[in-house]
Amino acid sequence: MSEVSHKRRPEFRNIHISQILGYRLPIAGIMSILHRVSGAGMFLTLPILIYVFDLSITSELSYFRLIELTELTVVKLFFCGIAWAFIHHFMGGIRHLVNDLHMGLTKEASPLVAQGFLAASLTCSAVAWLTIFGVI
Amino acid sequence: MADSFGRKRLVVGAHYGLRDWLSQRMTALVLASYSVVLLISALLVPEPGYYGWSGLFAQTWMKVYTILALIAFVYHAWVGVRDIWMDYIDSVGLRLALQVGTIVWLLGCSIWAIDVIWRV
Repeated sequence: MSEVSHKRRPEFRNIHISQILGYRLPIAGIMSILHRVSGAGMFLTLPILIYVFDLSITSELSYFRLIELTELTVVKLFFCGIAWAFIHHFMGGIRHLVNDLHMGLTKEASPLVAQGFLAASLTCSAVAWLTIFGVI
Repeated sequence: MADSFGRKRLVVGAHYGLRDWLSQRMTALVLASYSVVLLISALLVPEPGYYGWSGLFAQTWMKVYTILALIAFVYHAWVGVRDIWMDYIDSVGLRLALQVGTIVWLLGCSIWAIDVIWRV
């Protein structure tokens, strides 16, 4: 009994926040954690999004107030962030649904699927950012 | 359920987490379809600007679809955010407070959103 209890069993815990930068995640893991980050971001900014919806829909006056606000660079940057969060969460979600259908689960296919959805997420985000800044 | 707490609680068996897993997928499908429909409808409005945009939400089908998506969103965000608290917050008291806060936050925002959509 005492011999057993003296032996320290190895513990495997979640990585600590200080280890994050040195931790090499596979690309599927990067997609996964960004899915969580983008979801949390949209959850936290929910009141701002409803306020924007409120301004856009309540009256013509409030609509133009919103148009005025979107001239500000900080507001443009906020919309860029939200656009990324939404697009990334959308693409990451479809990746989950693809995996649920037992597609792309092997060691070879998983990073390829993750790369594909990451590329799609970044491409759509780039289009959204350029639209927000009026380039296209 | 009598077996869900205490020293003799049932900790093995089928269906643990299945409900959350499945509801997360179903609500995701509602939200994804709504996003696509909203994007296409917004791009196809005959009159761009305030009247086209608010006219879109003045239609009953859009109001119904939006509120359905809102309900799906609340459940989806609840499962997702609760998972975040369960993964990173070990203190039971703090976790409970954050979970209650999450519910209040989500329901409060939904009531506000329904109020906004009822204006048009």
